[in-house]
Amino acid sequence: MKQSVTVNKTQDLKLANAAKAGLSKLKIKTPKFDLKTLAKKFAVPFISILLFIGLWHMGARALYNVEADYKIQKALADQGQVAADAMAACIASGDISCQPNTLPSPVQVWESFNTLIADHKVISADKLAFKEKTAALNEKRVAEGKAPITYTGRPSFVDQIFTSLKTVFAGFVLAFLIAVPIGILIGLSETLRNSFNWLIQIFKPVSPVVWLLLVFMIVKTMTKDSNSDSAFIISFISVGLCAMWATLVNTAMGVSSVDKDYINVAKVLKLGPLQKVFKVILPSSLPLIFTGLRITLSVAWMVLIAIELLAQSPGLGSFVWEEFQNGANDSNSKIIVAMFIIGIIGFLLDRIMLTIQNMVSFNKNATT
Amino acid sequence: MAYLELKNVNKTYGEGKNATEVLTDINLTMKEGEFVAIVGFTGSGKTTLVNLINGLLKPTSGEVLFKGEPVVDTSHERGVIFQNYSLLPWLSVGQNVAMAVKEAFPNEKRKFVKERVEQYVEMVNLSPAISKRPKELSGGMRQRVAVARALAMNPEMIIMDEPLGALDALTRGNLQDEILKIWSKDKRTALLITNDVDEGLYMADRIIPLRPGPKATLGPEFKIDIERPRDKTELNDNLVYKRTRNAIIEYLMGIGEERKATSKEVYELPELAPKSFVA
Repeated sequence: MKQSVTVNKTQDLKLANAAKAGLSKLKIKTPKFDLKTLAKKFAVPFISILLFIGLWHMGARALYNVEADYKIQKALADQGQVAADAMAACIASGDISCQPNTLPSPVQVWESFNTLIADHKVISADKLAFKEKTAALNEKRVAEGKAPITYTGRPSFVDQIFTSLKTVFAGFVLAFLIAVPIGILIGLSETLRNSFNWLIQIFKPVSPVVWLLLVFMIVKTMTKDSNSDSAFIISFISVGLCAMWATLVNTAMGVSSVDKDYINVAKVLKLGPLQKVFKVILPSSLPLIFTGLRITLSVAWMVLIAIELLAQSPGLGSFVWEEFQNGANDSNSKIIVAMFIIGIIGFLLDRIMLTIQNMVSFNKNATT
Repeated sequence: MAYLELKNVNKTYGEGKNATEVLTDINLTMKEGEFVAIVGFTGSGKTTLVNLINGLLKPTSGEVLFKGEPVVDTSHERGVIFQNYSLLPWLSVGQNVAMAVKEAFPNEKRKFVKERVEQYVEMVNLSPAISKRPKELSGGMRQRVAVARALAMNPEMIIMDEPLGALDALTRGNLQDEILKIWSKDKRTALLITNDVDEGLYMADRIIPLRPGPKATLGPEFKIDIERPRDKTELNDNLVYKRTRNAIIEYLMGIGEERKATSKEVYELPELAPKSFVA
C-alpha cells in the first residue's frame, strides 16, 4: 500500500515538473518582456555592484573610525585632554589638516575621479594655449633648423593612461615579433625544441623586476650617447620580455601538435616545405597562437604597472607610485581610481583580443 | 607488366620487444583500369596497407611497385580519399579543392584553377556549398568534397580508404554510383578498402579479403563476373552475385571462428549480486 502511494506521488511530481517545463517553454517564446531573464541579466549584476560598494563603504567607515580613535588617543597621551578634544572637533568638522589617512570611501574615490578629470581639462586647455602661443615661433624655429619648443608641463591622469597604453603596445609588438617566429621554429623542429626547452623553462618564471634590472643594465650602456627616451625603452622591452613566454610556449605547442590528418593531406598533395608551413601548419595552430597572444597581452598589462613604477617611466604605474609618495589628503583615493582604471583597461584589452581570436579561429569556440 | 605490385610486403611498428607486426607477406597485383576491393575487419591493418600504397609509409621489408618503379613518396598520380575526410577546416569547400588543383597543375593560370574547381564541385553536386566551411557540412557532403579534391588532381589511380564508412545507407549508395561513374568514364585504376562486402561486390572487379591482424595478410581473391553497369536491385537475384557473396561471407566467418578459437583465456567473473533495497 505504502509503495503505491509513493509511486503516485512521484508521478504527480513528474506531471508538475512537465507542466512547469511547458510553462517555462512558453515564457521563452516571448524573451523581450521576460522578467526572469531581465532580472538575471541586469538586476543581479546591479545588486552585486551595490553590495560591493556597500561593503566597501562600511569597511572604509570602520577603518576611518579606528584611525580617528587612535589619533584622539595619541593627542590625549601626548598633549592632554584639551588637545584631544580639539582633535576630535577637528576630525568631526572634516578639516583637511587632521583627516585620518586610511582606505578611502567610494564617495571620496568618486570625488577624486572627478578631480582628476577636471585636472585633465585644465592641463589640456593649458597645452592648447601653449600650442597656439608657440605656433608662430615654432614655425620659425623649424625653418631655421632648430628643434621646436614642446610642452613640458605636468602630464594629466588621462595622458598617463595613454602613455601606459603606448608602452604596453610597444611591449606587446616586441613580444609578438620575438615569440611567434621563434615559437614556430621551435615547434617545427624537435631538436630545437629539446635544446631550447631548458632556456624557456628557466626564464619563464623570472620576475618582472629582475627582467627590468637586466634590461636596465644593457639599455643604460647602449643609450649612453643618444638622448633618446631610455625610460620608455627600458620599460617596453622589459614588458615584452616578461610577457612573451605565453605566446612562445603556445606557438611552439600549436605548431608541434598539428593534426596528423592535415600533415598527411599536405604530403599527399605534395606541398613544399614553405607551403606546408604557411598553408597547413600555421592556419591550424592559429587558435593556439592567439590564445598565447591573449595571455601575453594581459600579462603585459599587469607587469607594466610594476615596471613603470620601478623604471620611473611615465604612465599609470608611476602615477600610482607618485601618489603614494605624495601622501596628500586625496592620494589614497586617487590610487584607488587608478586601480579601477587599470582593471577596466585590462578587461577591455582582453575583450579585444578575444574578439580577434574568435575571428581568426576556425572552430569558433574560444570562450572567456 | 603489372600496374601496381606488392611483393612480400611486411610492415612492423615499433622496434625490439615492442615491435608489432601489422602486415605480413602481402602480395597483390593490379592491372591498369581494374577496380579492386579489399575487405577486412576493423583493426586489421587496412589503413596501413593504404598508406604503404600511397607512399605515406614505407614497408619494413618487401617492395611496393607502381608502374614498375618502387614507391618512395606520395605522388599526384595516386589520389587518396581518406577515411576521415581530412579536409582543412579553415578553408572553404572551393579552397580545399583549389589547393589540390594548384598543386597538381602548378603551371596553370588562375582561371583554369577556378574552372576546374567549379567543375569538380559541380560533379559532386556541391555547387551551392562551394563557399561553406567543412564544419557547416554534413558527413556525406564532406566526403563528397574529399572525393572532389582527390579527383580534381586527375590521378591515374584512386585509392579509397573506407571512404563511405561513416555515411548512412542512402548517401552511401549515391556516392558509390558517383564514384563508379567517374571511374568508368576515364577507366582509371581504383583500389577500394572497405568493411562492407556488398559494397565491394557492387563496385569491384575483384574482392580480396584481408585476414585480421596482427600479422594480417591477404586471403584468396574472389572474382566478380557480373556485367557492368550493375543494378543494385537486380543484383540480389543474380546467381553469380549470390554465390560469390556466400563464398566471401563464409570465408570471413571462418576467419572469425578461427579468431575466437585462438583466444583461450578464461575470464573469471567476480561473484556479484545486485544489492537488495527492499530487505
